[in-house]
Amino acid sequence: MFSIFHYDFIVRAFAAGIITAVIAPAIGLFLVVRRYSLMADTLAHVSLVGVAIALLTGMDPVITSLATAVVVSVAIERLRETKKIFGESILALFLSGGLAVAVVLVSMGHGFSVNLVSYLFGSITTVSVPDIYIIAAAGVFILACLAVFYKQFFCIAFNEELAAANGLNVKLLNTLLIVLTAVSVSLSIRIVGALLIGALMIIPTVSAIQFKLSFKKTMALGIGFSLFSVISGLYASYYFNLATGGTIVVVALIVFCLSLLANRD
Amino acid sequence: MVKSRDKAEKMIEFKNVDFCYGDVPVLENVSFDVNAGDYLGVIGPNGGGKTTLLNLMLGLIKPSSGEIKVFGERIAELKKERAKIGYVPQRLSQLDANFPGTVDEIVGSGRTAGNGLFHVFSKIDKAAIERAIEIAGVNDLRKKLIGDLSGGQRQRVMIARALAGDPKLLILDEPTTGVDINAQEQFYHFLGELNHKHHLTIVFVSHDIDIIANEVHQMLLLNKRVVSYGEAKDLINKRYLDELYGNKIDFTFHPHHHH
Repeated sequence: MFSIFHYDFIVRAFAAGIITAVIAPAIGLFLVVRRYSLMADTLAHVSLVGVAIALLTGMDPVITSLATAVVVSVAIERLRETKKIFGESILALFLSGGLAVAVVLVSMGHGFSVNLVSYLFGSITTVSVPDIYIIAAAGVFILACLAVFYKQFFCIAFNEELAAANGLNVKLLNTLLIVLTAVSVSLSIRIVGALLIGALMIIPTVSAIQFKLSFKKTMALGIGFSLFSVISGLYASYYFNLATGGTIVVVALIVFCLSLLANRD
Repeated sequence: MVKSRDKAEKMIEFKNVDFCYGDVPVLENVSFDVNAGDYLGVIGPNGGGKTTLLNLMLGLIKPSSGEIKVFGERIAELKKERAKIGYVPQRLSQLDANFPGTVDEIVGSGRTAGNGLFHVFSKIDKAAIERAIEIAGVNDLRKKLIGDLSGGQRQRVMIARALAGDPKLLILDEPTTGVDINAQEQFYHFLGELNHKHHLTIVFVSHDIDIIANEVHQMLLLNKRVVSYGEAKDLINKRYLDELYGNKIDFTFHPHHHH
C-alpha cells in the first residue's frame, strides 16, 4: 500500500496535498460564514493569469500565481469598499476576467498545452522540489496568521458592524483575510487545479457545519474531512489513473452527502 | 441618588454636532452630555437621526462638524478605553441560523477588542466572561449554537457579550426587535438592574416610546435636532410628543417603577 512513496513525485504531491488540505478549509470557514464562498474560485481564476505569465516567460508558476492573486485580491477588496460595483458581481467580473486574460496570454505563446490543463484540473506530477519549499513556507505563514488573528477574524465573521464598534480595524483585517485566501489558493492550484480549489475550501467546511459544533470544532472537523479527501483522492488518482483534483473533490462531495445524511432532522 | 449633573463624570459629550449625508443634513447642532450612572433613552421618528447618532457615539462615522467625546476623549484617541463601550446591535440581521458559533465563543469574543493580538485569555479575562454569563443569565445556554436560540435568548447573549468587556457604558440599538412581549418585559427589568445594581451607564435607542418612557431615567427626543432633553418624568408632555410624532399618538405615562 505504501509502495507508491518510492516515487519522489508522489512524496512531493502528498506533502503539498497535506499542507493544502489543512489550510484550505481553515480559511474556507471564514469565507463561508461571511458569504464569500465565491472568493476562492475568483482568486483561483485570477491566479491562472499568473500561471499563463509563467508559461510565457519560464518563471516559476507558483511564484507568479501567488503574486498575481495577492495583488488582485487587494484590488478586489478596495473596489468592494468603494461600493461602486453591485455585490457579488465584482467576483463574477474577476472570475471570468481572470480566465479570459489567462487564455489570451497562453494563446499569445504556444497555444493550449498539456501544461495549462494540469493547472486547470490539478496534477500530482507537477510539484517540484522548490515548489514544496514555497508551499511549506506559505503554509506556515497562513497558519501563523490564523493563530494570531483568530479572535479578531471570529469577531468579524460573527458581526462586522459589532467588530467595528468594538474598535477592530475591520478594513485591514478583511484585506488580510483576502490576501491569505489568495496565498492559499495559489498554493493549492498545483494539486487540485484552479477550477476545483474553491471546492476544497468550501465543501469540507460546509460538511463540517452540518454537525452543529462550535466554531473551533467546525474548523477542526473541516480540516479532518479535507485531509481525508486529499489523501484518499491522491491514492485513488494514482492507482486508477484519474484526474487528481477531480478525484479529491468527488471524495469531498461524498463526505458532504454522508454529512447531510448523518444530520437529518 | 442625588448628584449634581455638572459635577458628575461625563461619559458622552456632544457639542454642536452636525452630520450630513452628502448635502442632506441628518443631524443639526446636536449638543448633550451623558453622565455616569445615567439611563438614557433616545427616541424619535424613523429618519430622525437615531441610528446616525448611535454610529457617531460608537465612532463608526465622523461628524461633519462639532465635537464628540467619550470618557472625556475623542473617540479616535481612545485606545484601551474603547473596549469599555459595550454595544448591542439592533438585531443580528447578518446572522445565518447555521452560524457555527456557541454562546461561549460569542460571549468570549466580547473580550477580544480590549486585548492585543497575541493575547491569550488570562484568569481575569475568564472571570469577566464568567461574570457576564452569570449576570445575563445565559449559563444554561453556553454550549448551544447562537442560531438555535430564540430572539430573547440571543439578545441576552449579546448583552453578555457586551458585559464581557467590563463596559462603563452600554449602548443598545432597538434591542427588543423580534423579541416577544414577555421576554421584552424581563429584558427591560434586567437592563434596569444593570443600571442601578451594577452602576452601568446605559444609552438605549428606540422608536418604541411607550416602553422607553417607562423604563429610562433620562430622555433625548431627537428629530434631526434635539427636540428636548432631560429627566424622563419631566419630558412626558404631550407638546413634545406632538412635535416629534405629530398628534396621532395617544400616550399615557405610567407611574415610574424605578427609583
